[in-house]
Amino acid sequence: MKIHEYQGKELFRKFNVNVPVGYPAFSVDEAVSLAKQLEGFPVVVKAQIHAGGRGKGGGVKLAHSIEEVREIAKTILGMQLVTHQTGPEGKQVQRLLIESGIPIERELYAGIVLDRGSKQDVFMVSTEGGMEIEKVAEVSPEKIVKEWIHPGLGLTGFQARKLAFALGLSGVQVKHAVSIFMALWKVYKAKDCTLMEINPLVVTKDDDVIALDAKINFDDNALFRQKDLVELRDLSEEDPAEVEASRFNLNYIKLDGNVGCMVNGAGLAMGTMDIIKLYGGEPANFLDVGGVANPETVANGFKIILSDPNVKSILINIFGGIVRCDRVAQGVIDAMQTVEVKIPVVVRLEGTNAKEAAILLEESPLDFIVATSLSDAAEKAVHAAS
Amino acid sequence: MSVLVNNDTRLIIQGFTGQEGSFHGSQMIEYGNYVVGGVTPNKGGSVHLGKPVFNTVAEAKAATDANTSVIFVPPPFAADAIMEAVDAGLDLVICITEGIPTKDMIIVNDFMKGKPTRLVGPNCPGVISPGQAKVGIMPGFIHSAGHVGIMSRSGTLTYEAVHQISEFGMGQSTVIGIGGDPIIGTNFIDMLELFSNDDDTHGIVMIGEIGGTAEEEAAQWVIDNSFKKPIVSFIAGQTAPPGRRMGHAGAIIAGGKGTAKEKMEALKEAGIHVVNSPAEIGKAMAEQLNK
Repeated sequence: MKIHEYQGKELFRKFNVNVPVGYPAFSVDEAVSLAKQLEGFPVVVKAQIHAGGRGKGGGVKLAHSIEEVREIAKTILGMQLVTHQTGPEGKQVQRLLIESGIPIERELYAGIVLDRGSKQDVFMVSTEGGMEIEKVAEVSPEKIVKEWIHPGLGLTGFQARKLAFALGLSGVQVKHAVSIFMALWKVYKAKDCTLMEINPLVVTKDDDVIALDAKINFDDNALFRQKDLVELRDLSEEDPAEVEASRFNLNYIKLDGNVGCMVNGAGLAMGTMDIIKLYGGEPANFLDVGGVANPETVANGFKIILSDPNVKSILINIFGGIVRCDRVAQGVIDAMQTVEVKIPVVVRLEGTNAKEAAILLEESPLDFIVATSLSDAAEKAVHAAS
Repeated sequence: MSVLVNNDTRLIIQGFTGQEGSFHGSQMIEYGNYVVGGVTPNKGGSVHLGKPVFNTVAEAKAATDANTSVIFVPPPFAADAIMEAVDAGLDLVICITEGIPTKDMIIVNDFMKGKPTRLVGPNCPGVISPGQAKVGIMPGFIHSAGHVGIMSRSGTLTYEAVHQISEFGMGQSTVIGIGGDPIIGTNFIDMLELFSNDDDTHGIVMIGEIGGTAEEEAAQWVIDNSFKKPIVSFIAGQTAPPGRRMGHAGAIIAGGKGTAKEKMEALKEAGIHVVNSPAEIGKAMAEQLNK
């Protein structure tokens, strides 16, 4: 799960991570009145969307007067902000962060991320703040300094000092950096984060160290014990069909193609997308209906897939293990009597009771295209969509 | 022969009396005579599905001489269940549970350091050596005993591979789902080591997916060890968009890393036969073994 920058900074304040004074605004008038509460100028107006690269896309601007705040807020609020992470259609800006400008001396990078290789979290810093860290890692990996965090001990003082000195900080700057690193680790640990990036982390002209950005991802698997985080979820940042699918406990991700697919299991669902592409089609979605493919699940799956007007055919690919194919077939037949499906449906059922399932499908008055193998199914579904 | 589970497996089921534990427990009991009991705290002393129930793994081990455990405990308590099994000194712990917080698995990994227990999973279908022992949730009947070892990060896609291998008249020595989470106990490299020492495994199917570097590490291992048994590989997620978690917590292309393309290239460089289509796995293995 992701949250907005302003929500991340509110979380940081609770853990004594040094951040600029700032408030979220949902309208131009609100932006103006909040800017008046800040101490002087410049004021930074920042678009709040769940994507990076907002500055380059024109979503972050500096204002030197109240009039300018109003003008900028008018421009940014409601705009389709396009960044390298949003895709070409961009994302509509519905929230702003109005923040005090900071006199920046140096821009640095700090981040904590799960390192799957060492099965530990790793704290990373770099002098190349403000740049995409992936690019730094590619071009000059020596400029990223890492400390692996022991799960029992947490980030230790000496590790935090090593990181601070590696950034070329000195004197009171080191003290400030160490305290911010320790506080960031506390947030990361307490809130079950899987990624935290402060880009940039800035050193001010009076030697303070401040988190100017806050990008945080939380572990979806841990949300059962992070109830307060669930309230921060902004559904308008997510695809409506995906939100709807999650209500039915279906795992759905919308893609750009026209062959819809309904599959049991995440790996087979990805494999099905891949084989659709191999047969010259484009998958319209990833949809894992999980272990239970009963009439209700299948009906919900149909509704979700059909909510995408691009979909021209549907491929149902179920490998029946514990779940029997004849029950899945009956589920598909029942579902198609409750949901109106006007496009071709290709069904491929394999595994437990596959023969009984084929008979059920053939005897049903509904117009299925029955496929015998994975490649046969893909070929037929792609053909039906074109 | 086979690896990990076999005729010597003596299995206990953690979370035995729960819904999942009961359902899959009965399937395993039906498959063979290797389930020796189960563990559910506060239900010790009772009998479930004809097998004794114990309060702790240590008690279960002492009473039954169990060497393997399979875990069906819900996510909030599953990491603790793994550590209990490791602490009791079992040889092998297979965790089926999906949805364990990553932070909990980091702690489990640290806890296991220096201890002899092997962990498979979590978030996996388990391990089966056909005709000997089925430890997990896979449908037993699609498997047949033979000489192809299958290792995979997926569930149903593994069944698909098993089905194809069987269709081409080949059976399986051992089939393992290593799990779809970012942090798992047994990786592809561990399995390659085990399969390389198993005379009964003549060829290996490796089913990878986007995210992480397990496939690249396996490719490097094959090069470093001049591994000779034929390997057929499919990587799921060639069409997956970056930055999205594709069902499995570990299946995500992050920061441009972990793409199917990178993995397929690394595998090819190691001389591994990579198929583009998941429908070609069985055919490719048959061709490799008949060379």
